[in-house]
Amino acid sequence: MITYLEAIRLAQQKALATDPRVFLYGQDIGNFGGAFKATKNLSKEFPGRVFDAPLSEDAIVGMAIGAAIEGMRPIVEMQFADFSTCGLNQIVNHAATLYYRTGVPCPIVVRLPSGGTSGGGPFHSQSMEALYAHYPGLVVLTPATVEDAYTMLFDAVGLDDPVIFCEHKFLYNHLKADSLPETSLPIGKARLARTGRDATIVTHGAMLHESLAAVTELAEDGFEIEIVDLRSVKPLDTDTVLASVARTGRLLCVSEEWPWGGVTAEVIARVSSEGFGLLDVAPMRVNAKDTPVPYHPDLWSVHRPTASTIAAAARRLLLS
Amino acid sequence: MPKTSAAVTQADYIKAYRIMLLSRVLEEKLASLYRAGMIKGGVFLGRGQEALSVSVGTHLHRGDIFAPLIRDQAGRLAFGDTVLDTLRTYLGSQLGSMRGRDGNIHRGRPRDGYYAMISHLGAMIPAVSGALFARRLKGESGVVGATCIGDGGTSTGAFHEGLNAAAVEKLPLIVVVANNQYAYSTPNSRQYACEDLLDKAAGYGVTGHKADGTNLLDCLQTLRLAVRNAREGGGPQLVVADLLRLVGHGEHDDGQYVDPKLKASPLGGDCLALAEHHILEQGWATAEEHAAWRREVESEVNSTADRVRREPTPDPEEDDWAALSCPEYREHYATS
Repeated sequence: MITYLEAIRLAQQKALATDPRVFLYGQDIGNFGGAFKATKNLSKEFPGRVFDAPLSEDAIVGMAIGAAIEGMRPIVEMQFADFSTCGLNQIVNHAATLYYRTGVPCPIVVRLPSGGTSGGGPFHSQSMEALYAHYPGLVVLTPATVEDAYTMLFDAVGLDDPVIFCEHKFLYNHLKADSLPETSLPIGKARLARTGRDATIVTHGAMLHESLAAVTELAEDGFEIEIVDLRSVKPLDTDTVLASVARTGRLLCVSEEWPWGGVTAEVIARVSSEGFGLLDVAPMRVNAKDTPVPYHPDLWSVHRPTASTIAAAARRLLLS
Repeated sequence: MPKTSAAVTQADYIKAYRIMLLSRVLEEKLASLYRAGMIKGGVFLGRGQEALSVSVGTHLHRGDIFAPLIRDQAGRLAFGDTVLDTLRTYLGSQLGSMRGRDGNIHRGRPRDGYYAMISHLGAMIPAVSGALFARRLKGESGVVGATCIGDGGTSTGAFHEGLNAAAVEKLPLIVVVANNQYAYSTPNSRQYACEDLLDKAAGYGVTGHKADGTNLLDCLQTLRLAVRNAREGGGPQLVVADLLRLVGHGEHDDGQYVDPKLKASPLGGDCLALAEHHILEQGWATAEEHAAWRREVESEVNSTADRVRREPTPDPEEDDWAALSCPEYREHYATS
């Protein structure tokens, strides 16, 4: 069985093996293999192409930008998505503006081990996809399956534009697949994770699995709920979302992010402005609570959306 | 290695001086266009810093990397930037390298190793380092990269992270600090507490060089040595040149906060006037020849400005408004 984490490692291995322009740069990713072992053995397998970096997120991303201008395809690892704020300036003001300003693309991939795990606490748990999606010039990916983690990371390396790759830590070890596909849906296309007729849940990342559990529970009561796994939050596949809402008339958006200005807000804004007539009732959303992510497992398990809070919201939506 | 081993010939000196003169005349034109309301954004001049700046650009080769900062018109011209593209960028010509999408000193041609600075100070240090890292991975040697910063920029986290990372990788990077005594209005006494910015070199484990920023010969010798060290594998070089900014932060600023004692001190010397004096004193040119040099650059600058003012400005209807290079990943927002 291949875990989500191993899929990420294998995607980097394949990128290194197939493209001499690829190199890896990040903290502890060399001999140590990374804080999560996403680069385990890669420095041995690819000598001179996997580099430990100083504890300098700004310099890590800045170095990647310069290397990309010179024709390389760097993949950089932020040890935790939360620490990418220390490299934020290079990401949003340098990488993201380069093509528009100069006409020169900036093909870097910034891997963000994202999202909450039990005991992670305020600074090792954040979901930052909406923050990066806000800035023009970035592609922001949120794989929710082992297969997508593999194909989307490999595809991201081939993109000429900067990619923020939000890989979810909660999925690292317990999500498994029998095998890995060579190809998948293209980046920017959402996937119907489940079909249904009564309501649409739009989600991404680890919340796909909470939503699937919620929908399984609701199926026992006879509700058939469709789930759209966005896969990519920027670009956001509005067409697939609207097509689903056209079938169901009801929309629930679920995200582990904080609510203000997040992916749920964007999806609801798009459906409301472009597909208002498709909605039978007001759209709803479920997000994390609007506080820092708490440390204690009892607090954390309530801070983020779960199958039961998603199911409860879906029941309200279905009965309204 | 002593600076005097970096022999600077009369021809080197005069070549550098004439670029400084071109830079000064071009910047005078920019100031005049600004006062006439012809430039929409800010104008940031390098008056008093030309000797240092030209010394950076003139020691770089084609194939090297250069990321100048805001007061590096002279270094830009020495590295291959043109009067035409400078004016196009300031005046917002559609034909300029930035096509109206960015302006003034935020210009470059990254494909030619001439990087377009972002405003966030220190950010270009890791970018140039990454470029040099890439060249090394590609097996290229003998390449150097240089980037410029001011006293204020040395206080940023990016400066620290960038120089440290470059030192760890022993990259052929030259970081040039124009210690011009003020970061906008903030004097050095409120900027750093070490005795001399050069002290930072030891902290990062890089070679430090001090230059008199008012003295063209000293700047040329210092940069020649620093660039040679980097090119020959000596790792990052930190050059600190003391001088005084002889203009406001930008043309909107009269710089009234500058201490008159500094202006009257040797730091307040105008490097261009001092170099002109040196050339005349050495008999390398007559006053008439010098006057002809000035007329030549004034003519080039004025005719280029006239030409650029007739060029088209960007058309909002024609801009593709695309921040991504891959068309298939661009978002399309419903606007009505």
